[in-house]
Amino acid sequence: MGDFVISEIEKHHIKSLLEQKKRIDGREFNQAREVKLELNLVQKAEGSAIVNLGGSKLIVGIKAQLGTPFPDTPNTGVITTSAELSPLASPYFESGPPSEKAIELARVTDRAIRESHCLDLSKLCIIPKKSVWILFIDFYILNHDGNLFDAAVIGAVAALATTKIPKVKILEADEVEILEEVEPLKIDHYPISVTSYKIGENNIIDANLKEERVSEARVTVGFDEEDRIVSLQKGAAGVYKTDELISIVKESLNVSKTLRKELMKAIS
Amino acid sequence: MAGDGTVQLIDEKGKRLDGRNFDELRPISIKIGVLENADGSAEIRMGKNIIIAAVYGPRELHPKHRTLPDRALIQCFYRMSTFSVNDRKSPAPSRREKEISMVISNALTSVVFTEKYPRTTIDVYLQVLQADGGTRCASLTAASVALADAGIPMRGLIASVAGGLVNDKVVLDLYDIEDQKGSGDLPVGYCPVLDEISLVQLDGVFTLEQFEECLKLSIKGATEIYDIQKKALQDKYAAIRAEVSVDVKETEKKVKPKEEPKAEVKEKPKEPVKVAPKPEIKAKPKEEPKAEVKEEPKPEVKDKEEVK
Repeated sequence: MGDFVISEIEKHHIKSLLEQKKRIDGREFNQAREVKLELNLVQKAEGSAIVNLGGSKLIVGIKAQLGTPFPDTPNTGVITTSAELSPLASPYFESGPPSEKAIELARVTDRAIRESHCLDLSKLCIIPKKSVWILFIDFYILNHDGNLFDAAVIGAVAALATTKIPKVKILEADEVEILEEVEPLKIDHYPISVTSYKIGENNIIDANLKEERVSEARVTVGFDEEDRIVSLQKGAAGVYKTDELISIVKESLNVSKTLRKELMKAIS
Repeated sequence: MAGDGTVQLIDEKGKRLDGRNFDELRPISIKIGVLENADGSAEIRMGKNIIIAAVYGPRELHPKHRTLPDRALIQCFYRMSTFSVNDRKSPAPSRREKEISMVISNALTSVVFTEKYPRTTIDVYLQVLQADGGTRCASLTAASVALADAGIPMRGLIASVAGGLVNDKVVLDLYDIEDQKGSGDLPVGYCPVLDEISLVQLDGVFTLEQFEECLKLSIKGATEIYDIQKKALQDKYAAIRAEVSVDVKETEKKVKPKEEPKAEVKEKPKEPVKVAPKPEIKAKPKEEPKAEVKEEPKPEVKDKEEVK
């Protein structure tokens, strides 16, 4: 996969603006782009959401399927995430098996959902050891304009909040019948992830594609609504000092509150 | 982190299930140069973890279109052996393995002078023979010394260890059960010489204060591991040095040109080059013991003689 090419003069422009505490799109360093959500677009899915974070756009669909639990967690349901960087989203995405980028996106998002205990997985268990709900959270990127991580988490939580799974009846011999009637999934926590990008000595929140391309490193931090850190991932080859990292986490926490407000407004 | 904090992992006296204190590392041993064919290699044992790292390169990269015109690509291949865990692991590389490979290669890229080898690849193979929690950290620790062993010029060594939360307490170097039953995991890769964090991930539930405390504890742990890495490299080159100095003595005995011992000494410094025939050694940063072997051959040979 090739990568987005940015001219030296534009690179220089982005960097010299940052020295004056300005960004190319006029945002503050700690200002995320606008979030727009469209819910329940796909009727065939148990839940779905389209999320726009500035110019980045992706769709999340939730499918529920009965299956057997993992042997080491017989009493809990399963969530599994996948992400596809579809070629329709960027001239630099190619079709084929998931790239490293797609795997990282899916796994970092999964971590925020899972570790925040967003869903009580034990409630997805129908018959211990035998039958549980498996929730597939699948992302398709529609337009890539940087920072897919934060968009993916918002999209996933929004999609989960709209998800309704069928009621079931347990028949004899551990058979499970899926009923027509559906019930909404209960969301216990609302994780939000915030990604900071490092360009030179500056750290900016929620980079767009050009800023992302110029950046040397990024840190994605997931928070729950009680301001606890639930996930963190450093990406790319750049490095951080200890105090720098701690102050990024604190700044990200503030941004997460704003983003969560927008999420809650959209799903309530 | 599947843990809900219900399993008692620390007793009232603050001892963990394996008897360690909260800030205590597992026993670590690092051996350098364990594989003949590799350009550089290392074996790390950290608690029950056993991991082998092999470095090949810089060498030609295939497919060619992936080459970088101005620097080397560092490719990591972190793989768990099928028998390394309780339930047999499928041999196909999992998404977890691919992600770990990526974060490790990112971390290593931050310290290697990749611009010295444009259009090449430096391949780092990490095989987990036995897993006991914290394998990504142990792998990074081993990879970093294996790169040094291969004579790849680096800005510094990276040492890595995970901090974590068990029963709401911050602890260092989680092992298997703490990893599974604990409530948080914070792997950190840190370069003490440069004071740079080059790998950091987190899962679990941390307050800001716990995060800060845990990060600092991991860095302290990594600094301790760095000393073990240095020692391992020094041990390897001390062994080579001993070999060389035996050669020097023997040649001296044969020739016995008392008036011209300098000529003998001058010839000898070629020896370490034979043992580790990488031209890159020259360019290595000074903190690497290997660089010392090459850069100041004369005083070293003298040292050996004094020792003898």
